Amino acid sequence: MASPIEQFQIKPIIPVINFTNSSLFMIGAAAVIVGGLLLATRKRAVVPGRAQSVAEVLHDFVANTLVDATGKEGMKFFPLVFSLFMFVLTANLLGMIPGFFTVTSHIIVTFALAMLVIGTVVIYGFMKHGTHFLGLFVPSGVPGWLLPFIVVIELISFLSRPISLSLRLFANMLAGHIALKVFAGFVVALLGAGGALTILAPLPLLMAVALMALEFLVAALQAYVFTVLTCIYLNDALHPGH
Amino acid sequence: MDPVAFKFLGAGLACIGMGLAAMGVGNIFGNFLSGALRNPSAADGQFARAFIGAALAEGLGIFCLVVALVLLFT
Repeated sequence: MASPIEQFQIKPIIPVINFTNSSLFMIGAAAVIVGGLLLATRKRAVVPGRAQSVAEVLHDFVANTLVDATGKEGMKFFPLVFSLFMFVLTANLLGMIPGFFTVTSHIIVTFALAMLVIGTVVIYGFMKHGTHFLGLFVPSGVPGWLLPFIVVIELISFLSRPISLSLRLFANMLAGHIALKVFAGFVVALLGAGGALTILAPLPLLMAVALMALEFLVAALQAYVFTVLTCIYLNDALHPGH
Repeated sequence: MDPVAFKFLGAGLACIGMGLAAMGVGNIFGNFLSGALRNPSAADGQFARAFIGAALAEGLGIFCLVVALVLLFT
């Protein structure tokens, strides 16, 4: 029987240009987003149809999240945040289709996304505020003798952000898919055991179905959490003072 | 005992941390729900904050999972 982590294996499709199944599904996710949104907003009706409503709801949802966290001036980051949300959501949901590859279950992919966010925060923060951006690490109203410790703690918490942001998405996807495979493996093992154990085989199957529903929730939820945390980090770049 | 056995024991011990993270996440949503039932009109505004707290608490549990996976598969 296949190992539960075999599904995360990277297989080259066109070895000459290092085109792998991961690349294929990344391009697939981008194509689904671009194609879907173009198709949905093609008519640009005043009274939106079904597809256009979905596109508008997605847009408003991300825009509201961004404005809630960063205020009106955060809207200049809307293209970045919307792209991130749509990419993570689509990649997660595409991975839920049986047999498909989950792009976000590889830490290098999520780490690249997280570094994109943190890189934007650092570069934009220094561009807009100069050295005042470092005020992020010096909270106001802290007694002087405590300040060195607080600065060190704030620095560590800032540096661990890309790690925790990427690990959260990656590990959620990884753990969910491993759990699905493990329960699917139980079904096969029970059927293979024969005798009275075969009667028990539907039980892990039911569990796998329930886990599948949970995984759809997790896929959407982790895309949302990634977006919310991105917005909060961008807020630090826009308003570094505490 | 051989080192491989200790590796599996370590992976099992790391999973205790995931249970503790589950307590943290449950604590957050339980308190959110009890607050939301007292004042439903204010609940929607704090929804994102509840999820941020859950995400932060969950992240620490996920570090335990990563430790367990690293112990198991490397």
